[in-house]
Amino acid sequence: MLSYLLFTLTIGGIYALLALSLNLIWGGVGMVNLGLAGFFAVGAYATAIVTGAGAPVIVGLGSALLASAIVGLLVTYGTLRLRGDYLAIVTLGLAEVIRLIALNERWLTNGADGMSGIVAPLRSTVGSQAFNLGYLVFVSAVVILMWLLLRRLDHSPFGRAMKAVREDQELAGFAGKPVLRLKLQAFALSAAVAGLAGALYGHFQSYISPDHFQPLITIYIFLAVSAGGVGRPAGAVIGAYAVVAFLEGTRFVAELLPGVDPLQAAALREMLVGAALLLILHLRPQGLLPERIQPARKTRP
Amino acid sequence: MLVDLAQNLLNGLMTGMLIAIPAIGFSAIYAVLRYPNFAIAAYATIGAFAGWWLNATFGLGIVWIILIAFCVSGLVGVAAEQVTLARLRPAGALTVAIASIALNLMLENAVRFLFGNDLRGFDLPIQPDWRILALRIGPQQVQNMLLSLAIMAALFLFLRYSPFGKAMRAVADNADLARLKGINPTRIAVATIFMGAGLAGVGGVLLGLDTSIDPMTGARILLSVFAAAVLGGLGSIPGAVVGALLIGMAEEVSLLAFPATYKTAIGFVAILLMLTLRPRGLLGERAL
Repeated sequence: MLSYLLFTLTIGGIYALLALSLNLIWGGVGMVNLGLAGFFAVGAYATAIVTGAGAPVIVGLGSALLASAIVGLLVTYGTLRLRGDYLAIVTLGLAEVIRLIALNERWLTNGADGMSGIVAPLRSTVGSQAFNLGYLVFVSAVVILMWLLLRRLDHSPFGRAMKAVREDQELAGFAGKPVLRLKLQAFALSAAVAGLAGALYGHFQSYISPDHFQPLITIYIFLAVSAGGVGRPAGAVIGAYAVVAFLEGTRFVAELLPGVDPLQAAALREMLVGAALLLILHLRPQGLLPERIQPARKTRP
Repeated sequence: MLVDLAQNLLNGLMTGMLIAIPAIGFSAIYAVLRYPNFAIAAYATIGAFAGWWLNATFGLGIVWIILIAFCVSGLVGVAAEQVTLARLRPAGALTVAIASIALNLMLENAVRFLFGNDLRGFDLPIQPDWRILALRIGPQQVQNMLLSLAIMAALFLFLRYSPFGKAMRAVADNADLARLKGINPTRIAVATIFMGAGLAGVGGVLLGLDTSIDPMTGARILLSVFAAAVLGGLGSIPGAVVGALLIGMAEEVSLLAFPATYKTAIGFVAILLMLTLRPRGLLGERAL
């Protein structure tokens, strides 16, 4: 029971990082990234490959950040000028292609069998229970740090310029903000955070395969950010833990239903996820913690 | 080698004709309602399952299957979108697009709940391929192509000459002006979704006739459908047809150079190239 709790909270922390990543781009510049699961995968594979070749874990984490940011930049470089719905289509396709690459390039990713034996730092010396506890503390610390950083970013000139682009990019451009560069920077940063989440996931699970990075994860994170409140880092974090609690809770409930086989139970759970997202968009689009918009400073007459 | 190329182009033409039908549905909804509808995948799956069920239970023939599948997925689409998406439209295209993903998840899993994950095939007589010159072609594929052509022709006549079709094109062209002229936007929205979701459903049936169906049938063609629509220019119906044929052929020709597992990546590459080089698509409007 304790190890189940530790596991769930760690996954909650990893989802919280993904939610912070989505919130940065969606709540920040108003673009959606439907390829979140793909960047998550890039981070996980990057660290698995680099540490598998003998590099220390910290280098693995760094390469995960870098690889996801580069993939994000490469793919969106030509398409960021376009309207948001185009970017949605591009990023959705990207996640699928990343999964295909992970499935097919066996020399790099070991294909459908996945990569096992990813270094779990210190697990062999401290034992698996202590590792799980320590890893939870580590992931939670990363979440808190990232939350503080992104909250700070929101109040910085960069964050304000981002939100100006979100509200009206023509006006922001007219006011001299480098719209395209802001979008690229925000997207790269957001992709990097998702990649970091992937790397943490890889070192936690020790095993990754293309099946771990289904598009469903992206929908979970959209649910988390909409539930918590788009544009508010604290909301994204709380939303992510709430979604993990919701997923785990519905797992137990679905098993209790009479006459429903496991496949049907899984289908029901996913229907509930979809319904929850729709309900939030209808009933409380601002989320649990609505975005706080600072009033403009009064100018003296 | 040349024969291989010709064979793949022929296969691609036939794949393209199948993708064209749901791509027209997607583009029609985009043209009138201005959002990319991800639930098109679930509508295709629902149509495919409706058609399969009719075929398996009553042994209905292909024309009846297509007509009824069109109505079933059209009605499901109208009901689902009126309940879950209609009220979100003022919040903007992105919100509706995200909601359509949630809707797609619900519908796909409703199919999974009812029918399970098993592959199912239509009960059709197996016919040997015809050989024309050095090329192979299946009677079933030819039939699908003719059906697809017939549907496109009917659609063209509907949009060109019927009052509803004209009103639809008027709204797509300029929604405000259409409203001033007394065209009821809600009625047009409902009719467009019925048509779009219905066409997606028919696409699902045609794909099912060609191979087999499962709850992921629609999700697997989503990227190709998007690619067709983007290539032709989002919101352009002739563009969707041209885009679908190009994507179909590109996917099949890619088999000569890349492993078959990368086939779906072609759609993504096409989207990326098109949006980077010519965002308005071959026949479309501005994308900026």
